Amino acid sequence: MPKFVELWVYLSATPLFGLTATLVVYVLAQTVYTRLGQAAWANPVLWSVLTLASLLTLTGVDYPTYFSGAQFIHFLLGPAVVALAWPLWQRRFELRQRWRALLVAALAGGAAASTSAMLLGWAVGLPHDVVLSLAPKSVTAPVAMGIAEAVHGVPALAAVFAVITGMVGALSGRALFNLLRVSTTGSGWMARGFAMGTAAHGIGAARALQVNPDAGAYAGLALGVQVLLASLLIPLVVR
Amino acid sequence: MQALQGLAWLLVMQSAGEVLSRGLGLPFPGPVVGMLLLLLALRWAAVREPVSACAGFLLSHLSLLFVPVGVGVMTHLGLLGQYGLRMLIVIVLSTWIGLAVTALLLKGKAESGDA
Repeated sequence: MPKFVELWVYLSATPLFGLTATLVVYVLAQTVYTRLGQAAWANPVLWSVLTLASLLTLTGVDYPTYFSGAQFIHFLLGPAVVALAWPLWQRRFELRQRWRALLVAALAGGAAASTSAMLLGWAVGLPHDVVLSLAPKSVTAPVAMGIAEAVHGVPALAAVFAVITGMVGALSGRALFNLLRVSTTGSGWMARGFAMGTAAHGIGAARALQVNPDAGAYAGLALGVQVLLASLLIPLVVR
Repeated sequence: MQALQGLAWLLVMQSAGEVLSRGLGLPFPGPVVGMLLLLLALRWAAVREPVSACAGFLLSHLSLLFVPVGVGVMTHLGLLGQYGLRMLIVIVLSTWIGLAVTALLLKGKAESGDA
């Protein structure tokens, strides 16, 4: 028995544990998600996060130890943002025709999400630095952290808000678009995908990619545009 | 090998983006500058072919990459316990507002036919 405890102490403290646990749990969550016909509530990010957080709590492994392994996956967010150039390139001709409409939608949608979050946060009495951390919530987590730092919010909290925002979008996007009667034809997929990327960044885009390739590409585009607009505008406006 | 070359290109562009972003004090994070640089470089087949192999794989598993940050929510349980419900309401409502404004603007555009 002590042997086993020693072994566990060793394993749980190496980066191997965080990396293995993240991949295995995600692969399982993804399998369940596929089996359930990609139902929104079975979102693999949501269930992976809940499972891993419970696992860490139960085994008493702290977050920094877990992250020493999980950082190898986290690191890939940078190259993934760079890789967003690929879906943009593939649709460059459509973009040339539609860039005005898309830019207006990205500006209006991003501004609506950001200002409504800050106003609502202020209205329900959240502390000032929490309200500031809400400003970049529509932007992909690593960028949201940078923006939060620039406006004197709390970077870690901004990442949390961004992740929750992404999950809310991924979980409820389809129902909301159906309610708003956004069609599921060519241009409807553009509107749905672009909205997901604008208001729910990478997690929304990942969901859109799984539902429809056109929606996914526009979501990727919107996520890239939102990163540009937010990193330029939020530090200028929020002061 | 193609995919590996693609990853090398992505990292080269990200590094160049970091250098430009920090060196020139640009308001954009390094990976975003890298994305713009890659967009310019994709006109060359030598970049395009390997990148397509790698980018497709990376982007199709995009949601996995958010899991480590997501688990970080557990480090803020104290704050979440105090303000959790209010924060959740604020986030849900503002996300719906953002989604609706964007989708409705584009929906109008698409239906009026001028795209």
